[in-house]
Amino acid sequence: MLDKVWLVLLFPLLGFLLNGLFGWKFKRGLINLIACGSVGLSFLVSLGVFLDLLKLAPEARHFEKVLFPWVVSGSFKTAFSFLVDPLSALMILVVSGVAFLIHIYSTGYMHDDPGYVRYFSYLNLFTFSMLLLVLADNLLLMYIGWEAVGLCSYLLIGFWYEKKSAADAGKKAFIVNRIGDFGFALGIMLTFVIFGTVYFTPILERAPEVLQYGGAAATAITLLLFLGAVGKSAQIPLYVWLPDAMEGPTPVSALIHAATMVTAGIYMVARLSALFLMAPVSMLVVAIVGGVTALYAASIGLMQNDIKRVLAYSTISQLGYMFLACGVGAFGAGIFHLMTHAFFKALLFLCAGSVMHALAGELNIQKMGGLKKHMPVTYWTFLMGTLAIAGIPGFSGFFSKDEIIWKAFSSAQGHFLLWFLGAAGALMTAFYMFRLLFLTFHGKSRLTPELEKRAHESPNKMTVPLIILAVLAVIGGYVGIPHLLGGGNRIEKFLEPSFGQVSKAVETHHSGGVELLMMIISVLIALGGVYLAYTFYIKKTELPKKLAERYRSIYTLIYNKYYVDEIYNAVIVQPLKFFAIICWRFFDVIVIDGSANGLAKLVGLIGNLIRRFETGYVRNYALGFVVGVVIILGYFMLR
Amino acid sequence: MPVPLGYYLGLAAIIFTVGVIGVLVRRNAIIILMSIELMLNGANLTLVAFSVHLQELSGQVFVFLVMTVAAAEAAVGLAIIVMIFRNRESVNVDNLNIMKW
Repeated sequence: MLDKVWLVLLFPLLGFLLNGLFGWKFKRGLINLIACGSVGLSFLVSLGVFLDLLKLAPEARHFEKVLFPWVVSGSFKTAFSFLVDPLSALMILVVSGVAFLIHIYSTGYMHDDPGYVRYFSYLNLFTFSMLLLVLADNLLLMYIGWEAVGLCSYLLIGFWYEKKSAADAGKKAFIVNRIGDFGFALGIMLTFVIFGTVYFTPILERAPEVLQYGGAAATAITLLLFLGAVGKSAQIPLYVWLPDAMEGPTPVSALIHAATMVTAGIYMVARLSALFLMAPVSMLVVAIVGGVTALYAASIGLMQNDIKRVLAYSTISQLGYMFLACGVGAFGAGIFHLMTHAFFKALLFLCAGSVMHALAGELNIQKMGGLKKHMPVTYWTFLMGTLAIAGIPGFSGFFSKDEIIWKAFSSAQGHFLLWFLGAAGALMTAFYMFRLLFLTFHGKSRLTPELEKRAHESPNKMTVPLIILAVLAVIGGYVGIPHLLGGGNRIEKFLEPSFGQVSKAVETHHSGGVELLMMIISVLIALGGVYLAYTFYIKKTELPKKLAERYRSIYTLIYNKYYVDEIYNAVIVQPLKFFAIICWRFFDVIVIDGSANGLAKLVGLIGNLIRRFETGYVRNYALGFVVGVVIILGYFMLR
Repeated sequence: MPVPLGYYLGLAAIIFTVGVIGVLVRRNAIIILMSIELMLNGANLTLVAFSVHLQELSGQVFVFLVMTVAAAEAAVGLAIIVMIFRNRESVNVDNLNIMKW
């Protein structure tokens, strides 16, 4: 099966081509079959690849498949070739699995949409691109996948392009990502200049010899690459596109803007772990950006009233946790959280979609409440997702997030402050998620009477994926039970070959007692967040209002998302706009147009002057002729 | 005693000059055409005179060629003049400046 790994990519590509080119002729059933079937087949192949990889000895789990050479120019060589190792095998499994569930969900959610075929062909193209990104065995091919998922993200955010806000959000996502991709592209070029190759395997193997530990080259490469990751994975300061990306259809938010594409940055950092380990400054930057983002985005999530935006800020915050893990060298923990996050965040988004489906697109949680009785399946699955993300023991998020918070404290590159960022973020996470749950599903209904009548459970096509994801969100963490609780932390052991010498760098230097204490603290933090949310939104529902009034200025600041969009607009967008207007009005209109038009006018003027010689009278021409002959003859005679 | 070469050349120059002046000053298109014939014949006279003077026949052969061309040119020119006259009821070249832009 390992040899057939390219089939993973082939099926979604075929699905995209079939539906994209001929879909307008197909019936609904055929479209569904092609779209879901292709991704389903891709998932089965991924599963086969994964199981085959498991059969090999841990140190032999490294397989490269060259499909065909791509660019060969002098010393620069790349091929369409794939790398299968524990990291990429896990990623294709998660990507194709979650994508398959979301495709099925979409057949219910997008049922009445006129752009049905377009939607599914984009979604298949996205799946293909994302799988290409994670399977690529060289930076350039990864970059192709990287850009292609960005394109699909743009197309799907702006899927309802007739809505101006959606079209604008698509553009915003694309442009903000461009800033990051610019760094990524420079990073790839610098890598090639220094290593003479873009393939992962030689780069990672030779990194310790070629680069000097903490040297300028290592720092420059990794910071540039990290800039790309910051853009794609929506970290400070380039996170602003992700909340706006919620304008797209909800399954898209679940697949692209929660489970898969936004995790590409973490995947890239983890894939190049050996490079990052050579640059302690970059590692610190990664950890700080991740930790600060985790706390910062969570704080914005506390106050939002739009169900999808709360989840969007939550996603940014959780991505911050993953970077925090990578920054302290715990790449395995980062990828572990990436996986569990893919399950529970996709689940939460799909539940939000189910709620919107029932309430005719209503997004404001202040206008919901009491939906538990109308939508029991959605409620219970949402509850599972909430418990998982809040880090309640026994659910997947507990294992992965606790691992990150612990590593932030205990690893050689960890620090108490990093732990504090993570722990404070965890408190907020538990609070805003339960606030969301209570406001949406509990308490008295605040629905309008029409919506009250309309509210219903979603069809099976949508609830079945919810249930599957809920199960995964609960049990997904059991592959990584820490040693302390008697587990073997199997996932990190599985991922170890991909990270090479990394595990030694993050050797724990604390005793089991400290770890247990930290674990108890983080459980208490999570429960504290839940308790706070319970008091605020179930028991004393007037409390939030009172607090908001007392701390008016802080409340307005956070409610308006720290005015970051406004600041960016004033500091970056408006000056650039001003500059563009100068370029247009002065340089373009006066200089360029002026010179082009001036040249034409000059030619016309000369023409007008010469035209006067052409009188149309035969005698004048004859005279000119004779004069000419006389002059020429005179010249020859007098010479 | 044969006529000296200079006389022939002088006559040819006079004929040619009369032709040139005719082309430049006259307004009637037919006269202009005739003046062009004068110029051609002036040139022919020099050719014949030199041919005799140099005892070389090729000059006379050339004159035949010039005469055929002159005949053809006259035929075409007259045809054009006839057409212009039919259209504009005039062969005055000062009235014929419509070909310019």
